[in-house]
Amino acid sequence: MRYLTDRKRAVGKGASGTGTEHHWWMSASAVALAFMIPTWLYIVGTTLGADQRTVISTFSQPFVAILTALIAVIGMRHFAKGTEIWIEDYVHGTAGKALKIAMHSLAYVIMATTLYALGKMVFIGLLMGN
Amino acid sequence: MVQFTLPKNSKIRVGKTWPKPDGKNIRKFQIYRWDPDTGENPRLDTYFLDMDKCGPMVLDALLKIKNEIDPTLTFRRSCREGICGSCAMNIDGINTLACIYGLDEIKGDVKIYPLPHMPVVKDLIPDLTMFYAQHASIMPWLETKTNRPEKEWRQSIEDRKKLDGLYECVMCASCSTSCPSYWWNGDKYLGPAALLHAYRWIIDSRDEATPERLDQLEDPFKLYRCHTIMNCTKTCPKGLNPAKAIAEIKRMMVNRVV
Repeated sequence: MRYLTDRKRAVGKGASGTGTEHHWWMSASAVALAFMIPTWLYIVGTTLGADQRTVISTFSQPFVAILTALIAVIGMRHFAKGTEIWIEDYVHGTAGKALKIAMHSLAYVIMATTLYALGKMVFIGLLMGN
Repeated sequence: MVQFTLPKNSKIRVGKTWPKPDGKNIRKFQIYRWDPDTGENPRLDTYFLDMDKCGPMVLDALLKIKNEIDPTLTFRRSCREGICGSCAMNIDGINTLACIYGLDEIKGDVKIYPLPHMPVVKDLIPDLTMFYAQHASIMPWLETKTNRPEKEWRQSIEDRKKLDGLYECVMCASCSTSCPSYWWNGDKYLGPAALLHAYRWIIDSRDEATPERLDQLEDPFKLYRCHTIMNCTKTCPKGLNPAKAIAEIKRMMVNRVV
């Protein structure tokens, strides 16, 4: 039980001075991903059913490799910042903070794994003479 | 953690069914009732009205029930013409003003609840103290630094037009209580009504506190908890567009930094 005035409860700790950067980053990255993901899906679609050599050859091409790397980095940052929003919406307190850390960690793990796999493909592709 | 189910003491039970009057045009009303003095759970009472002897609006029916059937039914009302915002409640699943919502707009039984996700004072009366405090926190007044002019603060016709669609808000709380973001984070998120009023003062050409007003809203919760769900705009009984006002504030925020 705390005797706080309604005004004090409404004002809380005041504005944190952040939010716009997050909003702008999410908007800009959403637009970027809206162009990048269909392009990437089209490229992946062309390799479906192909042999390993063709797939490695495709992903070691500079445009595809850079596009994949950008999607991994921007997409996972978008994912992490997006999940942060719904966690803040629905899960409050310590559980919310722990979940946010977990989701950010998951995003970085996926990002690192993707970049490692991509690097490996590019390296093998270079050895193959692409 | 957000609660998706009602706590035990808020679960609604079947209430009293009042006798049916004689007549051909009888309509059934189910109304949320809760009295804090009894310590009992809320209930849904059933009333029947002869529509040939009742006015056309939901408020007419509520007044008829209160005057002729059950004087204990409690609700706020005042102007009966959509100006005071007192009689906001959830009618047929929509947050609106009982005084300007026609009974002919409702198909079947009429179900009336208080505004959702607010503490209930009694029956159809929600506790709006936090809602009003949030409104007060956005400084809903003209803030100037220049010395007061000899006559009035002047405003061009074009600048005055920018306030249309904003100043008409009657603070009924229909929009804020229809917003899921306000349901889950009503203690931190200002809600569509307060933000619409904030924009009304930000956009006012006479106001000189725009930077302070924007600084006050620069927060992941106070402003950016709006996810453009648009329930506020859909439900506003005055036909206003709080979602657009919020989007305009966000645009101004982005324009400050980008």
